[in-house]
Amino acid sequence: MSYVSNTDEQRREMLAAIGVESIDDLFADIPEELRSGPLNLPPGRSEMHVMRLMHELSERNAAHLVSFLGAGFYDHYIPAAVDALLRRGEFYTPYTPYQPEASQGTLQAIYEYQTAICRLTGLDAANASLYDGGTALYEAAMMALRVTGRNKILLDSGVNPIYRNMLHCYTSNLHIDFVEVPAVHGQTQREVVGEYLDEETAAIVVQNPNFFGAIDDHSDVVEMAHSVGALAVMSTYPISLGLLKSPGEIGVDIATGEGQSLGLPLSFGGPYLGYMACRKDLIRQMPGRIVGATQDAAGRRGFVLTLQTREQHIRREKATSNICTNESLCALAAVVYLTVVGKHGLREVARTCADKAEYARRRIEAIPGVSVKRDAPTFNEFAVELPADAAEVAGAMTEKGFAAGFPLGRYYPGMERYLLVAVTERRTKEEIGRFSEAMEGVLWN
Amino acid sequence: MIPKDCRYTKDHEWIRPEGDTAVTGITEHAAEQMGDLTFVEMPQVGNELKAGDTAGCVESVKAVSDVYAPASGEVIEVNGTLADDPGRLNADPYGEGWLWKMRLSDPEELEDLMDADAYEAYLAAEEG
Repeated sequence: MSYVSNTDEQRREMLAAIGVESIDDLFADIPEELRSGPLNLPPGRSEMHVMRLMHELSERNAAHLVSFLGAGFYDHYIPAAVDALLRRGEFYTPYTPYQPEASQGTLQAIYEYQTAICRLTGLDAANASLYDGGTALYEAAMMALRVTGRNKILLDSGVNPIYRNMLHCYTSNLHIDFVEVPAVHGQTQREVVGEYLDEETAAIVVQNPNFFGAIDDHSDVVEMAHSVGALAVMSTYPISLGLLKSPGEIGVDIATGEGQSLGLPLSFGGPYLGYMACRKDLIRQMPGRIVGATQDAAGRRGFVLTLQTREQHIRREKATSNICTNESLCALAAVVYLTVVGKHGLREVARTCADKAEYARRRIEAIPGVSVKRDAPTFNEFAVELPADAAEVAGAMTEKGFAAGFPLGRYYPGMERYLLVAVTERRTKEEIGRFSEAMEGVLWN
Repeated sequence: MIPKDCRYTKDHEWIRPEGDTAVTGITEHAAEQMGDLTFVEMPQVGNELKAGDTAGCVESVKAVSDVYAPASGEVIEVNGTLADDPGRLNADPYGEGWLWKMRLSDPEELEDLMDADAYEAYLAAEEG
């Protein structure tokens, strides 16, 4: 099949074949006043001209700030191997692998991604990916409601506020009882959880590290949930799993998170990557595509989309979700990243992030009038208390070439002077030094 | 061979009364239509069902189909052997392939269901 546009000659032939004078005649059923007129577009330009124009537009983005901004999405190094593999036509352009006989490469790549997610989270089964960490968390909450048949979700306020907004938005027409466990800079408040946890609770939803960067060992919270027959759902920053106890080890039933840190650029909001993994006995309630390994008639190993009765195209209103897609190319980036970096490499990346964050913390603490919250251990992100409005400070820092961090006042009333600062392996000692000096300058000059 | 001691629903479930309890399953016709079963989802012991409620489902390589409660009552036992061997239902739909047992809340409901002869006629009509 030729993908070249039709010539005028071909158009005339086709019109003649169907007995129509002009293309406009095909729109005769649409009222005159609703038909589109000519579009007010400038004339076409040369490739050279367009490249210059796009370049000028892109220069208007502050793409070169040295980033200390996290809040769920991080500036990590992307190895060259990721793009080199992603851009191969075999991976870049194929369609959904509904026909296994024509898609073994795609299916195997997704299967390997699922395997990587299982190893990372310490759980038995993973899906082929969801849109992003927020929708993945929503799907996990819905899964818990279905599995338990209950109606109440305990939501730790340390969970990313964007994700909490998404949860409320997606479920606004459903009768679900969301109980928020109030946020503190430190860890999940066990007494509050204990107060609200009961036989009506479908799940407790936590995040580790939480939005403030604090690390917690939720093993006891998970036990509390299980003791009343509720599930434990955890959203996790995947790079942190290079150092921290896995959700599986903690006893979590469903693990989700944002996979952007695994080989995907920040790209002003996406495309991102929602990962989800669960315990084996919950697999039939897990939404999204799942690739399975099987054997063909000759006994050779092959891969297929499996357990499709969970999905839209088979069950419709009884499906586990309305999703009928995944983030294949992004998932591929993640599995390439994890493969290139390896188990030991991931630990090194995580270690480097933690160490550089500690160095940054000390440099920032030394600035007069500034204090760093130390209510709980943190991984690579921490809240800084400033003697001024954090949003204003961050604004002034962009003039100095830094994306200084996330002003917590945006989502947490009363925290207007708190800035959330993240440090990844990409930040050099020199950058951290200049950052501290710039901040001191902004505050005191 | 359609067992005489059972009653039948239009959705191809069978129910065999045993005093004030009953055993249920899906008929040979239904099992044949589905093909080799790969998974059977059951109600939970303790569930209160009303006649006509969706109680579970059967899944084969080509389709998935809901199973409806033929009568009202409480589920007292489910056939655990089908978890590891759903094929047992295809092999013996009226015997080893039973789905669940229930305590009937209104045994008279069974009067409204088809007996073996009526079900046989129903199948013939469906095919015709």
